[in-house]
Parts: sequence; structure tokens; C-alpha cells
Amino acid sequence: MRRIISILMENEPGALSRVVGLFSQRNYNIESLAVAPTEDPTLSRLTLTTEGSDKVIEQITKQLNKLIEVVKLVDLTEGSHVERELMLIKLRATGAQRAEIKRTVDIFRGQIVDVTSTVYTVQLTGDGEKLDAFIQAVGTMGVLEVVRSGVSGIARGEKVLSL
Amino acid sequence: MELLSGAEMLIRSLKDQGVEYIYGYPGGAALHIYDALFRQDDVKHILVRHEQAATHMADGYARATGEPGVVLVTSGPGATNTITGIATASMDSIPMVVLCGQVASHLIGEDAFQETDMIGVSRPIVKHNMTVRHPSEIPQLVKKAFYLAKSGRPGPVVIDIPKDMTAPNGRFEYEYPEKVSMRSYNPAVRGHAGQIRRAVDMMMNARRPVIYAGGGVVLGKASQQLTDLAHELGFPVTNTIMGLGGFPATDEQSLGWLGMHGSYESNMAMHHSDLVLAIGARFDDRVTNATDKFCPGARIVHVDIDPASISKTVQADVPIVGPVDSVLEEMLSLVRESEEQPDQEALGAWWKQIREWGQYRSRYHYEQNGDNIMPQEAIEALYRVTKGDAYVTSDVGQHQMFAAQFYPFDKPNRWINSGGLGTMGFGFPAAMGIKLHMPEQEVVCVTGEGSIQMNIQELSTCKQYHLPVKIINLNNQALGMVKQWQDMNYESRYAHSYMESLPNFEKLFEAYGHVAFTVTRREDLEPVLEKAFAMKDQLVFVDIYVDPYEHVYPMQVAGGSMKDMWLSKTERV
Repeated sequence: MRRIISILMENEPGALSRVVGLFSQRNYNIESLAVAPTEDPTLSRLTLTTEGSDKVIEQITKQLNKLIEVVKLVDLTEGSHVERELMLIKLRATGAQRAEIKRTVDIFRGQIVDVTSTVYTVQLTGDGEKLDAFIQAVGTMGVLEVVRSGVSGIARGEKVLSL
Repeated sequence: MELLSGAEMLIRSLKDQGVEYIYGYPGGAALHIYDALFRQDDVKHILVRHEQAATHMADGYARATGEPGVVLVTSGPGATNTITGIATASMDSIPMVVLCGQVASHLIGEDAFQETDMIGVSRPIVKHNMTVRHPSEIPQLVKKAFYLAKSGRPGPVVIDIPKDMTAPNGRFEYEYPEKVSMRSYNPAVRGHAGQIRRAVDMMMNARRPVIYAGGGVVLGKASQQLTDLAHELGFPVTNTIMGLGGFPATDEQSLGWLGMHGSYESNMAMHHSDLVLAIGARFDDRVTNATDKFCPGARIVHVDIDPASISKTVQADVPIVGPVDSVLEEMLSLVRESEEQPDQEALGAWWKQIREWGQYRSRYHYEQNGDNIMPQEAIEALYRVTKGDAYVTSDVGQHQMFAAQFYPFDKPNRWINSGGLGTMGFGFPAAMGIKLHMPEQEVVCVTGEGSIQMNIQELSTCKQYHLPVKIINLNNQALGMVKQWQDMNYESRYAHSYMESLPNFEKLFEAYGHVAFTVTRREDLEPVLEKAFAMKDQLVFVDIYVDPYEHVYPMQVAGGSMKDMWLSKTERV
């Protein structure tokens, strides 16, 4: 089952490599990874998505917790949560296609953030499936480049991951 | 406040941490540190002949005392040579602090001379590692390193020290911190009371219980607590090979050790039990055999300081995360307070069954082969000569298994072996580390002619520092364990499991200024050992030519359950 694990860790050099190293060392998969400092500059928030049986996920969270720089972590998929991913996608946009792409972007509530006479750059946020659906919808129209941020997530309601 | 250079702070921090000896080898990036070392007398340095041996010396000391061993090496090859020793310590949860020189900060990343990314290279095999970024943080980092190495589940910690951090011209205020706290690291200080009660309830209702005690009992200094609890309950105890001595091997309730080469009675008892009480053990593959066939009728209580060890390979019914000593104490007081007690009739029947297994195949069983000295009888003679009270280190292979099987350990910290990583070349330097700290104790390394050659250069270190360890070489003129597997699985095709051109050990040891004896006849075995151990001030190597055909038994059948074993070359149960 796909899981979203959200980690609060010391914002120190080398901490990220320990997390990534752990996954390769123990033969776990990382599907996506997003990391940046939090409002407290001594802490980083890292969100990763992975897949595995309950037993494997239990080991992953335990092994992550063992890393000295990991302060706290939560498996967001255990409760209700919000997840988002940001995509920037560059599309060939000429002639009649310009209007068609514009319409599709509107349907998906995306924004065209850069325009040339032949190219649209579209920004889109949503969960992974929505981004996939957009790519599929514009698929015939010439995708030039796709950049996805990886999943970020947060628990719904009062629940917070903080010190 | 005192003003010291980074190098001086490093050495002072070691002194203030209570470190007496460090083991190491100098080189460019570590020279400021070595200069500071030279200008004081508190911390003594032992110059090894290869950095790997420094880590094993520190490791042996740590295993015998529970205190972190300290290693000092230079950057690049000095640092990479410690890797096997660090991995050895890591696999067996041994506290160790490794101080590595590094090229100066401004050179890092430029492929400078003797530059290696030691933080990256060591990352998967350390509990933690860190780089010094400013000389003033050195005392804090040293304190942190010792705290991490020793607390919780112990392990090795590496500090990478760029050369400019120890430069003699910098001067900083020195104060050694009294304690260190980290918001991201809080090992459990006691087990969950409700879980402990559940476990005790299960013990009271068990009919066929086994206590399966690992190295965590030795590391957690909980031998007494384990022994008390086992005696109170009257339960059988089996140790892992890392846990030998954690429960007295000559105690009536001891079944010997378990697993691939464990005793018949241990493995049978485990397989047929209805309650496995795992204390500071980690259900290693060399213990469980195939996990899907492991102890089919047993419920499992698992006590360990490391939550990641619990339910990693075998699912625990009652997980208890906490220090083994305090958890065992709480269990014992609950057992003593309890109005219930285990069903004595069931327990009696269980013991009767276990004794029958023990009679069917004694854990001290082997057969003679003509006039050949059997490796087992060499260990038995060693046991008699040392009165069962030596610190015994071993290398890796058949001799390791024979030593573990035929030298019953009654005290913890006496059996020193690389159980997890299985590092050949470990035993001799480990013995040196112990002898250095405990010159009055008998320290003996049981080895083979393969393993001993993996760190034999340390004979020179022994001469320099006068370390009269004894080395017992079970010489079967082959890499015995490899050969055994080739006999069993590869139709005796001995691919590179023997060595031609073994050195003349007597001349070799003599060349290093030591003594060596050769034993080829059974009647010489014990007298020569007596003579060797009577030479208190000499390193003595006893080269015992043993039967070259002997295998280690029992041996679990690969892919089977715990009870599926070869008991001899022809008997499979």
C-alpha cells in the first residue's frame, strides 16, 4: 500500500543523505521525496511516499526513527490528510491547440505561468492522480517537459507534527 | 577559562571522558592531534600495525568492559582501513568512538591527497557520525559521541576532523560538558508496565517455555537479573552465540546455545515451545533458520532496547521496548508478588522432554578419529588449563563454533567474538585490547591458520607494548568452515578452501620475539598448553594440528525449521 511519511528532522548537513541512504541500504523504495526547512530554521520537513506491506512500513518508520537527526515522524496515510503536488509542464502550443490547451488548463484549474508564441508553461497543483490525468488529457498535444515536486502532505484538523 | 587548540581540546576531552588508552596510527591529517598527544601523559596511545587492528582492539576492550573503545586514525586509507572494524562493532552493537583525521576544510571535495568522504563511506555502518565544523565544538562533539556510542542500543560513532580544526595556532575556551541532551534522541529508560504485566501473565500460563537470551543481556549488564528470573521461574534458558555467559553455561537450567550450530536440546526446545521469552536478542537468520517455520506453537515476548529489532524478522506477540536490566527486574518483582505460578506438572513434563533430548545428543558430543587430535578436545583441554575463567576471543570459522560449544562460559563479557559480521582477523587484536586493560587476566585467542594471518602483523604491536596473550591455533590446514560447506553442498570440490605454503609459525613467532609450540600428538596437548599458560610474560602461540575432516555439528538444514538438523555426517533429524 502507498504511504506518505512525513518527517521532522534536524536541518543539518548530511541528514538528508542518511534518510536516502537508509532506503537503499535496506532495500526500500522511495517514490517521491520533498524536503525544505520549516518556519523554525533548525528543522526540516521531509515528505516521502513509499510502498510496502504493513510489516515493511513498520520497519521503515522504526528505522527512520533510529536515525539520530530524525526528531519525529508520522505516517500521514494512517489518518485523514491533505496531499498536494506541484507540477510545471511545458507544452507545445501553436495554432488551434493554443485554445484547446487553455481550455484544458481551465478545467483542471491550472495556470499558464509563461507564454511564448509556441510554448505554454502550465502550473498545476493537486494529488498525483490529478496531475497524471492532466498529462493524459494533454498527451496528444505535445508535452515538452514535466517537473513534479513530489508529494507534500499535512494531517487534517487539530493534529500537527511539531516539537 | 583555559585556552586550548582544537587538537589539545580533543585530547583533553578524552581525558575528561575518562579514556586511558586509544589505539591508532598517525598520518598527515592527524598530525596536529598526534602532537597534542605527545605533549601530555594522561591519554596513552597504542601504535598498531594496521588500522583495522586498532578498531578490533578497541572493540575487544569494549566487549570485555562495556566502555567505548577509542580509535584515532588519519584521513583516506587510515580511515578506510577502519571500516571492517567499525562494521564489526556495528553488527554486534559495540560502543566505539573513531576519530578520523580529514584533509583541511578548504580542500574537501577537491580530491586532495588522502581525502576520502569518511562520513559517506561509514554512514551505513555507524550509529552516527559527525564532522567538526569549528574547533570550539570539539568538546561538545566528543561528549555527544560517547553518549551516543554507549546509550540505548550501543554502536560505533565516527568523528571526522578536518586538519584545520586542530591547528595549533587557534586558541579556544575549553570546558568539557557534564552532560549532553538531544531533542531527537531519547532511548527508552524503562519498559511499558502494562506490556510487562502481560508478559508475566503469559509466563504464568506457559507449559513449555524457553528463555532465549542474546547479546543484549551482556551489553545491558543484566546477567544477574536474567539468572534470578530464570531461577525464580524454573524455565530453561538458551543463549545466542552473542549472549554466551549472560546465563551461566554450567547452570542446570542452561541448554547451551541455539541456532545453526546450537545444541540439539536448545533447538528442539525452541521448536516445541509454547512461549519464547526473547531478551536482548534479534532473531537473526543464523538463529531462526526459515522464519516461516520458526517455533510454530509459540507465542513470543520480545524485550529489546531497539524498537526496530522487534518484529523485524519474527512477529512479537508482546513487544517490550526498554533496557533489559530494568525490564527483567520488573518482571521478577511481578513474578515474586504473584499468587499464581506456572503449572509445575506441565513444567516438569517439559523438563523431562528436554532432558531426553539432551541425552539423545549431548551438547558436548563428538567422535574420535583414530589418533588425530579432535578440535573439540583441544578446546576442552583449554577449558581445563584455564579453569574455565579466561577471556576467550575467537576469529571466525569452525574454531569459533568449537570454542563456543566446548568452552562453557559462566560469566558475561568473557566470550568475545564477531557474531554478526563474522570478521576473520578479529580475535587476535581483540585479545590484545583486553590484555592491555586487564594484564592480570588470562586472555586467549582461539583461531585458525586462515584467520590468524589476517592480522598477524600485530605480533609486532604485542612486542612493543608487552601484551602476553595466548593464541590457540586449531590447525586443520584448511579454511574449515568453507570446506565443510563444500563437503555438504558442493560434492567436496574444495575451491580455494585450503592454503599451500603456510608459514613456519614457530620461526614466524620467533622472528617477532615471541614463542610458538607445535602439537601433533594427543598426549602432548595438555602438557604443552600448561607450559604455554605458565609463561605469564610471553605471548605464546600453540599450533595444534587437529583432525582435518571434522565438521561442526549440529548444523541446521538450510530452509528448515529449528528442529531440522544434521547431527553428524550421516544422521539427519
